[in-house]
Amino acid sequence: MESVQGEAGNFTARVHTTPRYINEDLCTACGTCTMYCPIITADIFNEGLALTKNLHKDYPQAVPSSFYIDPRECLFVNHEMCRICASTCQAQAIDFNQTEEEHDLSVGSVILTPGFGRIDEEVLSRYGFGEYPDVVTSIEFERLTCASGPTEGVIVRPSDQRHPKRIAFLQCIGSRDETCGNGYCSSVCCMYAIKEASVAKEHDPDLDITIFYMDMRTQGKEFDASRQRAREKYGIKFVRSRIAGIQEAEDKLRISYVDGRGIHHGDSFDMIILSVGLESPEGADDLARACGIDINKYEFCSTKTFDPLQTSRSGIFVAGAFGGPKDIPESVTEATGAVASVDSLLKDARGSQVEIKEYPQEVAIGDEPKIGVFVCHCGSNIAGVIDVTAVREYASTLDGVVYADQNLYSCSQDAQQILKEKIKEHDLNRVIVAACTPRTHEPLFQETLRDTGLNRALFEMVNIRDQCSWVHAGEPQEATRKAKDLLRMAVAKAGLSQPLPEQQIPVIPKALVIGGGISGMTAALNMAEQGFETFLIEKSDKLGGNLRHVSSMLSGEDPRQIIEEVENKIASNDLIRVYTEAEVKSVSGYVGNFTTTISSSSGTEVFDHGVIIIATGGRPYEPKQYCYSSSRQVVTQLELEDKISSGALEKDLKNVVMIQCVGSRGEDLSYCSKVCCGQAVKNALRILEKHPNANIYILYRDIRTYGFMEDYYKKAREKGVIFVNYKKEKPPVATNTDGKLSVNFFDEMIDEDITLDPDLLVLSVGIVPNDVDNLSKILKVPVTKDNFFLEAHAKLRPVEFAVDGVFMCGLAHSPKPVNESIAQAKAAAAKAALPLAKGVVSVDPIGSKVDPETCIGCGICVSLCPYQAIQMVKVDKKKKAQTISASCKGCGICASHCPKLAISMGGFTTEQIRSQIKAFGG
Amino acid sequence: MGNEFNPKILGFMCNWCCYAAADSAGVARYQYPPNVRTIRMMCTGRMDPLFVIDAFCVGTDGVFVGG
Repeated sequence: MESVQGEAGNFTARVHTTPRYINEDLCTACGTCTMYCPIITADIFNEGLALTKNLHKDYPQAVPSSFYIDPRECLFVNHEMCRICASTCQAQAIDFNQTEEEHDLSVGSVILTPGFGRIDEEVLSRYGFGEYPDVVTSIEFERLTCASGPTEGVIVRPSDQRHPKRIAFLQCIGSRDETCGNGYCSSVCCMYAIKEASVAKEHDPDLDITIFYMDMRTQGKEFDASRQRAREKYGIKFVRSRIAGIQEAEDKLRISYVDGRGIHHGDSFDMIILSVGLESPEGADDLARACGIDINKYEFCSTKTFDPLQTSRSGIFVAGAFGGPKDIPESVTEATGAVASVDSLLKDARGSQVEIKEYPQEVAIGDEPKIGVFVCHCGSNIAGVIDVTAVREYASTLDGVVYADQNLYSCSQDAQQILKEKIKEHDLNRVIVAACTPRTHEPLFQETLRDTGLNRALFEMVNIRDQCSWVHAGEPQEATRKAKDLLRMAVAKAGLSQPLPEQQIPVIPKALVIGGGISGMTAALNMAEQGFETFLIEKSDKLGGNLRHVSSMLSGEDPRQIIEEVENKIASNDLIRVYTEAEVKSVSGYVGNFTTTISSSSGTEVFDHGVIIIATGGRPYEPKQYCYSSSRQVVTQLELEDKISSGALEKDLKNVVMIQCVGSRGEDLSYCSKVCCGQAVKNALRILEKHPNANIYILYRDIRTYGFMEDYYKKAREKGVIFVNYKKEKPPVATNTDGKLSVNFFDEMIDEDITLDPDLLVLSVGIVPNDVDNLSKILKVPVTKDNFFLEAHAKLRPVEFAVDGVFMCGLAHSPKPVNESIAQAKAAAAKAALPLAKGVVSVDPIGSKVDPETCIGCGICVSLCPYQAIQMVKVDKKKKAQTISASCKGCGICASHCPKLAISMGGFTTEQIRSQIKAFGG
Repeated sequence: MGNEFNPKILGFMCNWCCYAAADSAGVARYQYPPNVRTIRMMCTGRMDPLFVIDAFCVGTDGVFVGG
């Protein structure tokens, strides 16, 4: 990105591109060129642990899937010789005429997602990296444990290729380290170290692994459970100590460290993994200058707590690690959330550049199958192994086949033209292409069929490249035989194909948001700003939720002011209807067409809507321990905030003790509540503002001030807050003797029990999800064992359910601070807006269909469907199953379990599959 | 191959995982014996025991379900 001119809604972004010397539109990703490239170079994707060709693609799933030429070592680019690749490419995709280009893009908005950078090698060298080959980074180790990595997942030492027996992970390399300029915590390294260690143990159960850490920051959803599993199931050892240095001792690496009691230890390992942190992305300052945005002192993008995806320039948003170190679920959430911000900014332009394609009327197909078969050479990819002519000739002998042909590239534009002509010429009513994989090319050919008026379900594809010629390259005869068999099976199936209706179900363009805390408010406001009518229901008598009880943020921003702002925006937005003292009574329907009944302060209401966002939130854990109920000197952090902001703190406050993890992490709640460490640090600093001489002790298990919060942890230590670590097995004890409160705890550092008589004992209590039993039953969406809603995929679909049309955000998903809740609320709104913006749900014809005549109404299918896509309906007073087409994913679990074989799957009917099996038999 | 047992294997593969993995094996040019013929389905939840019986009835030596 070179510059961004203009303003929100109307930018000109100047983008500089470098050539890849391969035309992405022509490249078929066959890989022939890479085989012939004579230049061997270090495989950067595999961290230089393997070699690759200079003409390559980084990994099989790379997007775009075409190859590229690295100009630095290419013989032609540098010396005008070679060009072997160009002569081998039958698709003529290699183009050395490509040059560096400037593009001026007219865009309404910009989202910055440059990711993160690498920790400087100088920092790594302090730990022997570069000097000792068996000191590797966690990224290198990740590649070593990967099945598609340089060693195919076999863990070996770089020095001698032998299996290591003892491995140490060193945490916080390049993080929480002022000496390298990175005072922040990289947030993700503790969890990835645990993952890598666990994966390594799965590869080699005899491995002995120790993780040396400062605080184990596994604050994400279900992360503490992983840590526990790592310790209990895999026997991974955790040692709280920061390593000063590494020495080589014979063929091992020696570490000396100091434990919590100040005792020195030494230990030897075969391999040492440096858990490297997340640096700001390379060129962050240039990007910031080009976009006119602010970056913070660590060169990450500056954002505000209550607007976490907004950069300092209107219309430019940020997502992912550039906004601060974060893991995959949060990056995906933020990226989706940024889309919601763009959606509301550009709502008037929505659909303005869409061209709708028109198809000819579908032709009726006769009773008799007239199958056309097209066998693809794919250059030499198929024809180099398989005898394509023999396969084509074989095809023409099969029942129902009236035409067989072969093409050099069946996917090329001119081949589509030929396909269309042949369909017309021979009156074909079924088409089979034997070529690559249907996973990438089926839609292209189906499109061609539709252009001729044939239903797309009349198309069948045979995979004779990816699953035949490529994997049996040395056995051409067997590969040809396999291709013929597969083709015969496809012909049998195609003969039974029937046209399937293209269904589109209209969507009611309205949203229901359940819960009126900051997450629900944010989601509702965004939906309305995108132009959708939204019902926001809140069980209490006002909006604002937990944030109403918070009086200040770590960064100094005032949450009450924010709530007021959002509340005003909601009140002045005509598209939002707020119901307080409201509760969901019943919900029926499915994505696009829900009907919900609520009771509220204004009576019972029924409304129709297309989507649901769950933002039911959580509440503070109510402590019973530490004399909370018997002493007025014992308060929770939220109660302390109230005292601080209302000036109710005693004037001569001397001693304050804070206890972390009250109720959390294995007490009543199994999980970490993520916000309490930051809250304790914040309140400690606020007390010190008014009472600079107060002694504040924070008793903690791991201080989890992840990301830039670490700066405040450091500040608190500098200001004299005393942090004392306690073990779960030996928690502090509070006693209340005749109104005199004392706290006793063990300080490992000085190996002594300490008793304090604090003026105030502050309990950092965790977050409990609100009761959602009823709601989860009504909506048929799952919850975790801790009663948080369970997302469809922890990393890739963090705000969705398996059930379509229902989304989640905020504390209902897991404990999280307000900035993360807001990002997630926007993500939920972005996802929820998708069907509303489209206006229809397109039903994939592969869905299930119940024959009401055969169905006996047993309901087995209803109970088995993972997507809640089958309902029972009354037909002539009899119960019958009925597919909700809009929700069906076509998995076929219903069909395979129906005792009456009453359910048929589009394109995968029982008869079709059985015909394939029969044809397989010969 | 001589008199070596050369089994006929029928594979039922899920479109989203195993079938995709078999494609990836191709992209990576992994080589494996050419004894398997594949039936793609949208999910192995579609597997009906009937299909397995059918397969053995037509002379299959082994059934592979990948999902």
